[in-house]
Amino acid sequence: MNSKRKSIFKGEGFVNFSSSILAIICGLLFGFIILLVSNPSQAVNGFLMILKGGFTDGMKGVGDVLYYATPIIMTGLSVGFAFKTGLFNIGASGQFTAGAFAAVYVGIKWTFLPASIHWLVALLAAILVGALVGSVPGILKAFFNVNEVISAIMMNYIGMYIVNLLVRNYIYDPLKNQSVAVAQSAILPKAGLDKIFAGASLNIGIFIAVLCVILIYVILNKTTFGYELKACGLNPHASKYAGINEKRNVVLSMVISGALAGLGGALLYLAGSGKYLQVLDIIAPEGFSGISVALLGLSNPIGILFSGLFIGHITVGGYNMQLFDFVSEAIDIIIAAIVYCGALSLLFKTMIHKIQMKRAKKAEAKAVGTDKGKEA
Amino acid sequence: MSVLYFIIQQTMYFAIPLLIVAIGAMYSERSGVINIALEGIMVMGAFVGIFFINIFQDSISGQLLLILAVLIAGAVGGIFSLLHAFASINMKADQTISGTALNMFAPAFAIYVARMIQGSQQIPFTDTFYIAKVPVLGSIPVIGPMLFQNCYITTFIGIGIFLVAAFAIKKTRFGLRLRACGEHPGAADSVGVNVAGIRYAGVIISGVLAGIGGLVFVVPTSTNFNATVAGYGFLAIAVLIFGQWRSGKILMAAFFFGIMKTLASAYSAIPVLKSLPIPNEIYKTIPYIATLIVLIFSSKNSQAPRAEGIPYDKGSR
Repeated sequence: MNSKRKSIFKGEGFVNFSSSILAIICGLLFGFIILLVSNPSQAVNGFLMILKGGFTDGMKGVGDVLYYATPIIMTGLSVGFAFKTGLFNIGASGQFTAGAFAAVYVGIKWTFLPASIHWLVALLAAILVGALVGSVPGILKAFFNVNEVISAIMMNYIGMYIVNLLVRNYIYDPLKNQSVAVAQSAILPKAGLDKIFAGASLNIGIFIAVLCVILIYVILNKTTFGYELKACGLNPHASKYAGINEKRNVVLSMVISGALAGLGGALLYLAGSGKYLQVLDIIAPEGFSGISVALLGLSNPIGILFSGLFIGHITVGGYNMQLFDFVSEAIDIIIAAIVYCGALSLLFKTMIHKIQMKRAKKAEAKAVGTDKGKEA
Repeated sequence: MSVLYFIIQQTMYFAIPLLIVAIGAMYSERSGVINIALEGIMVMGAFVGIFFINIFQDSISGQLLLILAVLIAGAVGGIFSLLHAFASINMKADQTISGTALNMFAPAFAIYVARMIQGSQQIPFTDTFYIAKVPVLGSIPVIGPMLFQNCYITTFIGIGIFLVAAFAIKKTRFGLRLRACGEHPGAADSVGVNVAGIRYAGVIISGVLAGIGGLVFVVPTSTNFNATVAGYGFLAIAVLIFGQWRSGKILMAAFFFGIMKTLASAYSAIPVLKSLPIPNEIYKTIPYIATLIVLIFSSKNSQAPRAEGIPYDKGSR
């Protein structure tokens, strides 16, 4: 019995993995077709650049992949965590931007803090503000039955405009239309990573992201709280009947989701990589990347870690592809195609699953049959 | 009085696209398919429509060009929405995910194609469609300056679309069947209604109208297209929810948002608002904050179609 259960679980992991891989292959093929149509002579070279991704530039390339992956792993975790609890947090962008602003603000203004904890406080501020922004759709959903997708999108716009206003009023560099530089003590420590991955702007942010992956994994899979959250996601009515406070859980999961996205914003803007908050009417793309990361990783924290790395990988590939006169938006097209195929392969997955279940049942029936035969 | 006329004229620019897209979304949702991809479909329709204008503006001019562009935008929107229909009806996929994929695809595709072809992602066009005053009708006192001055032909197209759509869903056999598929597809199926076919029709109608809406949004408010419709697709969904999936209420909701958006973008032309010490950014947040507040009051007793978002499975009848 024990070994049988194990093999089913093994099968499930395998099916999940293979459906994601299938989606990736379909998306990449589609991207290849796009390249082929737009510039047939360079398409193969450009496509190889995408596939090679971070491995074109030696250690710098790998470092770049980790650097790009860090914020989208965080937003991916944010979206994926909400998915697990039955919510679609399309507002990760707004939470991300708000968190980034909080971190940058603390990084610029709170120089009275000791240098050793300055960046930590900035990260905490980002977590708090991200959580606050995330709580709005949560509260509206729990108490007013407002569709969280719409309210989160509205929060994206509200967050973007208010952050623009705050940047302009408090930490503005009018010459460059962006925020001024953060204090050196607020920049995340490099911990020697700049020496290993020379040329890449890598820092301990990637470790913090991995830590969050582990933390979310433990919360979701090893705690009662996580179990309750997942139960609410699977069936809110049954959870309510079982005595779970589903309203509180909706708010809490949006708060945690927002905190993760906010921290992601801090990790990007405190990286000391020359990234500044710009006063533009553009919603942070990292939040939307997070949706792709979460969908590709099937909302599983470990899966999100790898899909974040994968998307970081092809993003670096997209930059390199510009060498062959291709536009890097090809990567966004590929990612969208992957997500679309992912939606289809959900079906593919359930199909395989059903077949497996049928087989398992048949085998069980057979086993029971032979047992009975022996008894007789 | 001239300020009032100005506000109403501006409101038209913003409310009409919302109205077109929201009434399209109503067809999709009342057939039982959530179409969150409206934003992407709008971008796609606007992109191809504006590109068409950009190419042909020297050879064809004026209203004919605009009408052709509207038709093309609608066709593109309809074709693009087939992807969503296929995923959510045939493949029984998660409709939010498939819609999100379309939303991500459209701007990336628009930027990619624009940059590959012309180098920059912005597509400029010359606005030769502006009508300062409609002959005869524009001279009617009060109504003339409100509706028939400083306007675009798209305003009247939009109102026409709304009237036809509102009539069709309420009074025709097709409309009845469509509504049945959104409430109880099993019952509809049992009396011989082709649920998949009706749902396809619903999604395609929403795609066509969203494509048109995208173009109608860009033409009066800008002179170049930059791969975005500023969240209008999502606002249209908010209009749909605020309008409780009913055409009459959708009309009112669309104009409510139109006025909010006018306040946000044209406040500096309204003397009372300009003198207030409120920063630009706060005005810009008005439509979105208004949406949130409105949703708080209108979501409690939601009259959403019962079978919305649930793939129809014959086996579960």
